[in-house]
Amino acid sequence: MKLFDYAKADSAEAAVREGADRDTKFIAGGTNLLDLMKLQVETPARLVDISRLPLNDIEEIEGGGVRIGALVPNSDLAADPIIRERYEVLSRALLAGASGQLRNKASTGGNLLQRTRCYYFYETAARCNKRVPGSGCDAQEGFNRILAILGTSEHCIATHPSDMAVAMRALDATIVTLGSDGERRRIPIGDFYRLPGDTPDVENVLRVGELITHVELPPAPAGRQTYRKVRDRASYAFALVSVAGIVAIEDGKISSAQLAFGGLGPMPWRDSAVENALIGRAPSDALFGEAADLLLRDAKGFGSNDFKIPLTRRTLIATLRELTA
Amino acid sequence: MTTNALRMDKPVEQSLLDSGVQGIIGKGIERIDGPLKVAGQATYSAEYDFPNLAYGFLVRATFPAGKISSIDAEGAKAMPGVVDVVVDLKTFIRNAQQGGETEAPTQGVKDVAYFGEPVAIVVAESYEIARDAAQLVAVRYEPAEGVFTFDDHVDDAIKPPPGSMPPYHSQGDLDAAMADAAFTIDNVWRTPSQNSAAMEPHASIALWDDDGLTLYGSLQMPSSDKQQLAKSLGERQSKVRIVARYIGGGFGSKLGISPDTVATAIAAKAVGRPVKTVMTRQQVFDATVRRSNTQQRFRLAADADGKLTGIGHETLCSNLPGEGYFEPAGQATQFLYGGENRIIKHDLVELNRTLSGSMRAPGEAVGLLAQENAMDELAEQIGIDPIELRRINDPAQDPQKDIPYSTRSLTRCLDAGAKAFGWEQRNRTPGAKREGDWLIGHGMAATTRTNMLQPSEAAVSIGPDGRALVETDMTDIGTGTYTILAQIAGEMLGLPIERVAVHLGDTKSPPGAGSGGSWGAGSSGSSVYLAAQALREKLAKAMGVEADDLTLKDGHAIAGNRRVAIGELVGDGITATGSIEPGKQEKETTQASYGAHFCEVKVHAVTGEVRVTRWHSTFEAGRILNQQTARSQCIGGIVFGIGTALTEEAVHDDRDGRIVNHDLVEYHVPVHADIPHMDIVFLDERDPHANPLHAKGIGELGIGGAGAAVTNAIYNATGVRVRDYPATLDKLLEGLPAV
Repeated sequence: MKLFDYAKADSAEAAVREGADRDTKFIAGGTNLLDLMKLQVETPARLVDISRLPLNDIEEIEGGGVRIGALVPNSDLAADPIIRERYEVLSRALLAGASGQLRNKASTGGNLLQRTRCYYFYETAARCNKRVPGSGCDAQEGFNRILAILGTSEHCIATHPSDMAVAMRALDATIVTLGSDGERRRIPIGDFYRLPGDTPDVENVLRVGELITHVELPPAPAGRQTYRKVRDRASYAFALVSVAGIVAIEDGKISSAQLAFGGLGPMPWRDSAVENALIGRAPSDALFGEAADLLLRDAKGFGSNDFKIPLTRRTLIATLRELTA
Repeated sequence: MTTNALRMDKPVEQSLLDSGVQGIIGKGIERIDGPLKVAGQATYSAEYDFPNLAYGFLVRATFPAGKISSIDAEGAKAMPGVVDVVVDLKTFIRNAQQGGETEAPTQGVKDVAYFGEPVAIVVAESYEIARDAAQLVAVRYEPAEGVFTFDDHVDDAIKPPPGSMPPYHSQGDLDAAMADAAFTIDNVWRTPSQNSAAMEPHASIALWDDDGLTLYGSLQMPSSDKQQLAKSLGERQSKVRIVARYIGGGFGSKLGISPDTVATAIAAKAVGRPVKTVMTRQQVFDATVRRSNTQQRFRLAADADGKLTGIGHETLCSNLPGEGYFEPAGQATQFLYGGENRIIKHDLVELNRTLSGSMRAPGEAVGLLAQENAMDELAEQIGIDPIELRRINDPAQDPQKDIPYSTRSLTRCLDAGAKAFGWEQRNRTPGAKREGDWLIGHGMAATTRTNMLQPSEAAVSIGPDGRALVETDMTDIGTGTYTILAQIAGEMLGLPIERVAVHLGDTKSPPGAGSGGSWGAGSSGSSVYLAAQALREKLAKAMGVEADDLTLKDGHAIAGNRRVAIGELVGDGITATGSIEPGKQEKETTQASYGAHFCEVKVHAVTGEVRVTRWHSTFEAGRILNQQTARSQCIGGIVFGIGTALTEEAVHDDRDGRIVNHDLVEYHVPVHADIPHMDIVFLDERDPHANPLHAKGIGELGIGGAGAAVTNAIYNATGVRVRDYPATLDKLLEGLPAV
């Protein structure tokens, strides 16, 4: 760990002022950042501790949605009665993530900003374009069991590790931020993350010093919700593939479908073509197979993660069957 | 001081533990060190503090093979808080030493042999500064050609020197037996590198003073570790003391000294201050001990009745050049089943991968995967119950050595276990039992673990307060040694357990067996037994009776109509030393513990996720000294076995041999949610050939065969045979029903 300066912020406004520097990072739960700092994958010169900011509330907003403070711990969010009742997919996703201890500490905002779990990103002696732009990617020709099959570039095949963000993507969440210039932005989660392209170090659209203050969920969607996570052990493992699904049926036909995927891409993955193919049609195994083929039309394995392609196909079909049964 | 020495040349027909009346031996007494541990008062190696303590951090080579040309530490040395960067390419050890060795391990790090090899140590005022500075040390080198891939080099395998067993054994004509057999199995199994993943990382604190070196280290075998360390440093043994009072798991990875041990001692001397070094989890993976990967060809030949006529077990494993240690996968194959035509072979592929050495049940842990899967396949081919196949092939005596077993209860374990589990109600057709999306399967496997005795000494004293003290440099690595030694001394001396103190893990005490090879309880327990036996003689003398006429109970000596407090019989205190060593018994009898595992798994028909849902094991290991700690040992072993079957794999990058997933996030040991309730039963038995306790080893018994029971159950659930461990879901997908 590199020595760093440390400051506590007592308001969001103070935090963004303090944080307006490339070498400064905000810290809340620290469940990912501290590990990365120990390994010197992250080497901020300064930490601004935002854990005492009053961003701990989960409140209903006008029009029927919910506003979640960026510091709400994952455990609290998962257990919240409104979330459990109306946004079951989110509660399930949260509880499928990490371990009880980590969920108690990890914040809503921090969870969105988790870094990849790529083995080579964590090893400072390996080549990694995400960690050191331009150094290369050791993962593509190396061991890549947990890495991406969708949205990759020749520069990076990392996955985004969050479960929570996958559910939020399916729910069309909006990320609310405060910039260092005092500007508030409302960023749809679909616009929040970036594909790696030739800048895999840039993972989202946040600007220097910009702070996530809230996440807003739109009114609860119609239909059934589920979160299906497939992993290597029963708990405390990242998703090999996960599906956040919300599907409604009217008159025997699928009237709406919101599907997001974890473990497949550099961001919580969503593909409108897949949803459009389902809407207006009667549920059937053939239809679900068609949807899976659409989802995986550009999928590319890198050797040890090839199995994710058939695994995703099977998991999506089974999940859709469950949601439409 | 009185010494009571015993060499196991003859069976000890009567154990005094059976005539003791204190009634604490065998009981499921809670760990006497438990309260200290849960209260944070048990001091582990990294938890001592000393005035002027400095912090060490190992600098690694970030290349897998090459000759160091220079180490540039100027930048690191210039950092505020850095005390020094200590480089000693000659004296640093290349890798850890194997357990029980009395020589220094391979020494000298100028020629780097594996990625992550420690080549220098930064000493600083804080751990964080030392760690940061270590990143700044530039290790310059001339690259050398390395050998990294196992599969491409199996043809270059060499015959290793003998280890815990000879590498080659052959009798009869296996090829002819295979040709003549009614039923045969001939398949190849693969197991990956593994890491012990003990909760406590390797750690050392070194202090030098006029008496020499004191090294607080997380080390399983202090007496031989002391010799290894002294030789590495060129010091006299009398100048080195090792303290290892509490150890947070070892599983073999702390049998010998490791690179931190020597580097910390060198650093402390160089800077003239005590130095503490704690390995990171990544360093534990990179630079301590792995279990070797193996490739095992296993052959079985059986006649029309299922009687084995031949067994072949040919293992390839890997290690660093020149190390010689091989994973003795054929260890149990030597004696578990009959069959007159036999080949057991081990060859070694030399690779630039971190050292391989002992990890829990070296040999059996992976060898029994192949053997017990092969037996399952054979039973299916013949069309008989796999228990029946094992019963048919339960030999009357050791099939290779033609000597009797000391005691052997394999068939009893199989029968009792089958009944307890409900084996008769098992699913009999692979893939036929489905509940919703889950396919249900049942599997079983046998286990065995060779029983070993190691030379061991202990001193036991009784003070005028009527309390006893046990002293030996034996260790408790989480197994329960503290507790069972107190139970043995208490039973022998008629003392309630709270009146027995046990001091372990300090080489100032008599040299114990150390913890390894499941020999700890039998070996160090026997030395305590013998010391206590000598004290009984003294107490009898003080009472004026023969020892046989003396009863010791609740702190009193009772003879005839007299009852005297023991403290009143010892004057200023009495002490005796007990000393045990192996003898002819281990040549004249084949000694091992046995068991049978039964499990139920469910396999998700869509995704291939496997969950173990039910478990029963019946074991026989001679006298059970403590029902509770023995049960915990068996459960721990089975959990290792389940991890081996389903998740554990240290993945080497083919380009440089490094372990890619060198942390506990991506090296998957089972978590609580992976483990069902464990139903564990011990058969009551005594083995007079093993030691005066009549107890056999148990620490490594649970792991053997456990993984095979899981994969046999996976086959039963799905019809998919996985011979390439671990059985992760990607290996099952193709064989699952279409969705």
